[in-house]
Amino acid sequence: MKKDLVIIGGGPAGLAAAIGAYDKGVRDILILEREPVLGGILNQCIHNGFGLHTFKEELTGPEYAHRYVKEVLARGIEYKLSTTVIDVTPDRQVFAVGEEGLLHLQAGAIILACGCRERPRGAINIAGARCAGVFSAGTAQKLVNMEGYMPGKEVVILGSGDIGLIMARRMTFEGAKVKAVVELMPYSSGLNRNIVQCLNDFDIPLLFSHTVVEIKGKDRVSSVVIAPVDGKLQPIMDQAQEISCDCLLLSVGLLPENELAKQAKVTLSPVTGGAEVDDSMMTAVEGVFECGNVLHVHDLVDFVSQESLHAGECAAAYLAGKRPTADKVRVGTFGGVRYTVPTLLNREDDGESLSFKMRVNNVYRKVRLKVMADGEEVLGKNKQIVTPGEMETLTLSPEQSAKLRGAKEVSVGLEVRA
Amino acid sequence: MKREMICICCPMGCRMTVEGEPGAYTVTGNTCPRGKAYAIAEMTAPERMVTSSVAVVGGNYKTVSVKTASPIPKGKIFEALRLLDGVVLTAPVKEGQTVVEDILGTGVAFVATREVSVAR
Ligand SMILES: Cc1cc2nc3c(=O)[nH]c(=O)nc-3n(C[C@H](O)[C@H](O)[C@H](O)COP(=O)(O)OP(=O)(O)OC[C@H]3O[C@@H](n4cnc5c(N)ncnc54)[C@H](O)[C@@H]3O)c2cc1C
Ligand code: SF4
Repeated sequence: MKKDLVIIGGGPAGLAAAIGAYDKGVRDILILEREPVLGGILNQCIHNGFGLHTFKEELTGPEYAHRYVKEVLARGIEYKLSTTVIDVTPDRQVFAVGEEGLLHLQAGAIILACGCRERPRGAINIAGARCAGVFSAGTAQKLVNMEGYMPGKEVVILGSGDIGLIMARRMTFEGAKVKAVVELMPYSSGLNRNIVQCLNDFDIPLLFSHTVVEIKGKDRVSSVVIAPVDGKLQPIMDQAQEISCDCLLLSVGLLPENELAKQAKVTLSPVTGGAEVDDSMMTAVEGVFECGNVLHVHDLVDFVSQESLHAGECAAAYLAGKRPTADKVRVGTFGGVRYTVPTLLNREDDGESLSFKMRVNNVYRKVRLKVMADGEEVLGKNKQIVTPGEMETLTLSPEQSAKLRGAKEVSVGLEVRA
Repeated sequence: MKREMICICCPMGCRMTVEGEPGAYTVTGNTCPRGKAYAIAEMTAPERMVTSSVAVVGGNYKTVSVKTASPIPKGKIFEALRLLDGVVLTAPVKEGQTVVEDILGTGVAFVATREVSVAR
């Protein structure tokens, strides 16, 4: 079967991409979603805090997702649920397995919007018994919010990422005692508002520069041993202490879900784990686009929706005949900027404004974020503080964007102000 | 009196400083007026939105997520949550449907935040 546009993933990224493409004239669209419902990870994020940027009101995850689902339904965009894509080829064939068996599609363009998954326990090294009671924070979130099942009564959380913080409050609400959140780094990768609302409000201690060194217990976790770490992140064992608990939640990071991208021979960024894309969100494989958490992990769903709407519009432009330029400007980074999206710029000036999303590698105060072209500052923005947990955005005017597209060398970075 | 706080009204998380006396606070560090309003409210009468979930029978989900239709006093969070204990809804549930009316005399209701349809 032929399809103009196949979108893989029906989370906020896939939904916004579909709307973006439809509104630019694409009609032959198919969204493929592995789960039996649209909405992605938002279905289990029942807390509020979504959508303030887009809707100027604070929605819960399911409510935010539903707004986009309604928009997709109103446009009559086709979707298939309980359908898992198993292969994508560089010439844009898509193979999926669903209720009707194997599905084989030839797509004009593909948007990868598969989101991310949690770093599993194997990815971090903790000694000790392989007993029950150790969950990733996201799995615990699904159990509590979707199944009504409580994973434990006395909880320790490793990692202060947003899911861990949200779950500290959620478990507290359900009557559990959260004894500590233990963070390896001297800062949190979670949003400040979650530290305030999920920990401080309930006097849950957040131990920076600490880690879990051992899990104890026979059939079920009975305690964990935690210890502070030195400057090289090595545990200081003579200061170790044991905390009794029946549940350990791991919130140690998210990884973009890029198995399909690899199969399609898309070039991945070693920094983000997502694809390298140009300013039209196109990957190194022509006609294959990527957006949302599969591209880089976002903390705000509003930015996922914005980015994905843009990806959908760009896919529409591609289907209408617009092609990437053969020569592209590569965007470098300097200072404490760890990565930017996009990393490549098309040469052709389309009169549109460029915007860069970025993350920094440490906490910096009094900084200037800069976009440089051939040694000259094209745009700068002063910030009181930047942290690894919060994505920063720099948006250029169409004139500034044209300057970048014509430049030999472009870089985005950070300078600490005197 | 001087207090440092982080605005929780939106994920920007602006760092603010509140100085002065009740009725005459000055707020700095906020990006938008919501931040100022929050800072003053936090000094006088802190409020929180509360989200949780309750059981559903006969639906395509086992639970339905709920929220307070607007923020309630911070000191009432746990008492409010207790009102949800033992609540079992029967599918279908509509988004926005009242689950518990008038939480502890606040005039605020718990409402459903997702639709649950009858299981096929
Ligand atoms: C616990 C948690 C708390 C958060 N809190 C906030 C918050 O308070 N405020 C905020 O603004 N943002 C928050 N976020 C961020 C926001 O939810 C995410 O950024 C957003 O959901 C990402 O959207 P996505 O579509 O890229 O990914 P997802 O929502 O993960 O959607 C990806 C979809 O792709 C599907 N899929 C994957 N692989 C395949 C395949 N092979 N075939 C078919 N389908 C596939 C998946 O089933 C899924 O439905 C939170 C995220 C999490 C995890
Ligand atoms: S002051 Fe405004 S922008 Fe800053 S966190 Fe509060 S609501 Fe958000």
